[in-house]
Amino acid sequence: MAKFEEGLRYSESHEYVRLDGDYAYVGISDYAQHALGNIVYVDMPEVDDEVTAGEEFGAVESVKAASDLIAPVSGTVVEVNEALEDQPELINQDAFATWIIKVQLADPSELDALMDAKAYEAHCAE
Amino acid sequence: MEPFKYFPHTADDLQAMLHTVGAASLADLFADVPEGVRLSDGYADFPEAWTDSDLRRFFDSIDTSWDTRRLVCFAGAGCYDHYSPAVAQNIVARSEFLTSYTPYQAEISQGTLHYIFEYQSMIAELTGLDISNASMYDGATATAEAVMMAWNNAKRPRSVCVSATVDPRMRRVVDTYAHYHGIDVTTLPATAEGTTDRAALDAALAQGGVAGLVVQQPNYYGIVEDFTGLADALHAQKGLFIINANPSDLGILRTPAEWGADIAVGEGQSLGIPMTFGGPGVGFMACTDKLMRKLPGRIVGQTLDSRGQRCFVLTLQAREQHIRRQKATSNICSNQSLMALYATVYLALMGPSGLRQVGELSYAMAHTLADRLVATGHFRLSYPTQPFFNEFCVDFSGDIDALRSYCAERGYLAGVKVNSATIMFCATEQRTPQEVDELVDIINDYIKEKEAKA
Amino acid sequence: MNKTLYGKLVFELSKPGRVGYSLPNDANPAHTTSELPPHLRRAAAPRLPECDELTVVRHYTNLSHNNFGVNDGFYPLGSCTMKYNPVIDEEIAANKTIAGMHPLQPVETCQGALAIYYDLQRMLAELTGMAEVTLNPCAGAHGELTGLMVIRRHHEAQGQTSRTKMLIPDSAHGTNPASAAVCGLEVVEVRSLPDGTVDVGHLRQLLDDLGPQVAGMMMTNPNTLGIFEPRITDIADMVHAAGGLMYYDGANLNALLGECRPGDMGFDVCHINLHKTFATPHGGGGPGSGPVGVRLGLEACLPKPRVRACKLPESDDLFFQVDDLADDSTLGSIGAFFGNYGVMLKAFAYMLTLGADNIKHVGPLATLNANYVKQRLCDDYLLPIAGLCKHECVFDGLRDKSTGVTTLDIAKRLLDYGYHAPTIYFPLLFHEALMIEPTESESRETLDAFIDIMHRIAEEARQDPQLVKTAPHTTPIGRVDDVLAAKHPILTYWQALKA
Repeated sequence: MAKFEEGLRYSESHEYVRLDGDYAYVGISDYAQHALGNIVYVDMPEVDDEVTAGEEFGAVESVKAASDLIAPVSGTVVEVNEALEDQPELINQDAFATWIIKVQLADPSELDALMDAKAYEAHCAE
Repeated sequence: MEPFKYFPHTADDLQAMLHTVGAASLADLFADVPEGVRLSDGYADFPEAWTDSDLRRFFDSIDTSWDTRRLVCFAGAGCYDHYSPAVAQNIVARSEFLTSYTPYQAEISQGTLHYIFEYQSMIAELTGLDISNASMYDGATATAEAVMMAWNNAKRPRSVCVSATVDPRMRRVVDTYAHYHGIDVTTLPATAEGTTDRAALDAALAQGGVAGLVVQQPNYYGIVEDFTGLADALHAQKGLFIINANPSDLGILRTPAEWGADIAVGEGQSLGIPMTFGGPGVGFMACTDKLMRKLPGRIVGQTLDSRGQRCFVLTLQAREQHIRRQKATSNICSNQSLMALYATVYLALMGPSGLRQVGELSYAMAHTLADRLVATGHFRLSYPTQPFFNEFCVDFSGDIDALRSYCAERGYLAGVKVNSATIMFCATEQRTPQEVDELVDIINDYIKEKEAKA
Repeated sequence: MNKTLYGKLVFELSKPGRVGYSLPNDANPAHTTSELPPHLRRAAAPRLPECDELTVVRHYTNLSHNNFGVNDGFYPLGSCTMKYNPVIDEEIAANKTIAGMHPLQPVETCQGALAIYYDLQRMLAELTGMAEVTLNPCAGAHGELTGLMVIRRHHEAQGQTSRTKMLIPDSAHGTNPASAAVCGLEVVEVRSLPDGTVDVGHLRQLLDDLGPQVAGMMMTNPNTLGIFEPRITDIADMVHAAGGLMYYDGANLNALLGECRPGDMGFDVCHINLHKTFATPHGGGGPGSGPVGVRLGLEACLPKPRVRACKLPESDDLFFQVDDLADDSTLGSIGAFFGNYGVMLKAFAYMLTLGADNIKHVGPLATLNANYVKQRLCDDYLLPIAGLCKHECVFDGLRDKSTGVTTLDIAKRLLDYGYHAPTIYFPLLFHEALMIEPTESESRETLDAFIDIMHRIAEEARQDPQLVKTAPHTTPIGRVDDVLAAKHPILTYWQALKA
């Protein structure tokens, strides 16, 4: 069964945001990693790239599927999770402990448009 | 319905099967097709059936009754008369290879997957690059795919440069793909020496946003170009350096990787595949490891099976159209698999020494022909200061079409016409000194006859 | 099939000093490549294998034993039309004269080759109900791209450059949207009804919304479920009224041979897969051939070169010419020469062997075979859409979902019984899609034997699901680790040596 961690914000396209001051760690939810199966590659942006809420910033690939990563918030990429280059399976092992990018938030009010864990769980059940 | 050799259905079969599906007749199976679009009376203008003997009679006499001739080939321009080994022809005719589908079911497709892995390894080795895909339609479309790859790789692309020394038949395919894909192509003019114009490239680079540069080696005119410095110039603005190479020459010539290329493409027909009026050949495409996820087409990888055995499988499929749909790296969903097998068996037979010898013999024969043509006094090397491999351009003051027809009537294909004043000749290891003598004699006869008439 | 894996790579059979060729020996050449400046030559010889000829023959013969072709057994691969590839076609295509012909020979020395090309264009035009055909495209996807370029070129010529949206049913094969994207078109998905046919109401709404942006609509008919689109003429009328053109994906044309033609259904442009409908072998993934037909009025858009016929003066004989000029109307060129000529010869021989009398039975017999399989398997396998199918039928896995046996397991178990697997997990409309296309080549006995095995597998799934879930058991290799392959790609022997 998929886990839904409290305290995070979620998008409809299954990304989560973990807030840390002015920064946001963005990853994909446990529900999303379950749906994708064995993740074999994560296509990530470069540091200093700009991401825009609602727009694609990379992709997660399994053997038989590929899913675009949609930025839940806008801002500047300050770090990418380099461990994923060699071990994309970390997302399968613990999606919430394995963020993909760290973003300096451009507009914290965008977080209001995202769901809390309860609303997201209901969204996934639809 | 009369019995026919490709239909196993007897009258009894039809009756029993129709009974099972609950239809009274075959026509009933199309009851869901609106009457207005049903074909009422077959195909009025379609020919009557031929027997195998009819087919054989037609094709056996195609040269005499249809004016269809195999000429002694002194032409290239993207299609080459190299030796095609009997072994390669025999292997590609094996029905296990010939009649199989794309190797999706790896457990019963190791034959295909295995030779594609070998093919990829050989192409990587010939080009010096890290990886290769499983092959593409032809050299022209592979070049167009490389241009799209460069365009899509760039952050803010403004143009892709293509040297005018690239085969015009390749360039117009690139231009066509580029036009519809929304890519701006800048064609760099050729220098008077028939080489890539460095100054024109620098001017384009100064504008910025050059996503890639395509050059050809040897170039369309047969010249072995010096690409020193091009890779660095491109890479300074993150553009990709694309070399269209003739793999047959790569037993000897400096590799695309040694020139600093990011992508190598080209036509692999020269690797033992018969000319067959221009197809099928095989396009190849190799690139650096860094571009792996952007490489279009099928790719085979090594892995293990459930019993721990080394085996091969189609991989990196998340790039492809059946998963990515409109976001795929390309719309290609096949390769020229059997032609890749042709090239693989050819290279396995030739090895490094055979490929080298093919290059040496072709080089020697072409240079001898060039000497002989110039010695007639009626031809002048178009680019006398430039080194060439086994193709070269000569200026000819007479009527090129008439000369080619005259030679063709006598069984010889005298090059291809580059423009009204220039012919391009080619020689391979298949040509003999006697054939060179005879071609030169025929050309001399033509000139004599012309002069006598004048 | 040989049940043991032949696993060596040709590089592992190499021994320095062996050769597999005999080439002329020019002991005193007037020229050698040492004349080339050193920096134009490669630093080290390529590491190609060094093998004697028998070693190479055995190696590739052994490899072929690890393969499975139509000649080895039943190949019910849905949407791929794996029909019999006649042997005579191979003999014809191996014609020594044609094999040695250069594409740029003077036209007076290749009249027969051009006549065949021209006749094949005419025969395909007749079978599809199109006015003109180009044989240049090398594969189905290449044909699709070419056909879409025709559509874009036509709109450009009319000054309608805003027509950049291509309507594509959500049930379409992934190649359709990919081809549209390569052609610079934006894909707009049209919803399907639960039975897999086009939701005409949704199409109407999209056409109203997009108006002058509509470039056209891509469809295959029968659709990817093997169902004939009942409202095809309405759909064509609606798209035409909106100023769009109708594109026919010829993937499923085999069903209709003898019964109806894309041109008569209202399609303006279509591609044809010679390697499906016209029996040229798939060759493990190619070479194929994907001719494109267009209705009257679009022929000027077709790519160059074109082969044309003209009447010789004072005779009924035709003279064939190659039109290779870049004029204002053509879409451009999509290949260096004429296309995969050798493949065309095989289709030409196939079509002439059938002739007008036999070719019209292809669609009906293929359709009978598919309906027969469908009818006889729907007891054990879940049939999501009842009613007539055309050349192929689609099941949604086993009816009994309690066993945990998936479509993948069934496909792999079929390999143990000497069958190629059907197409699986396509179309995407069903979770456990299992798509069977028997083609007209197969006899009732072959189908009965296959049906028996499918029933046996269903029984195995009930009695011993583990046996099915761990299949295949008798193939040269077991299930492959494709996660390992994708996670740590090893794409060449040289990378394998380092890994």
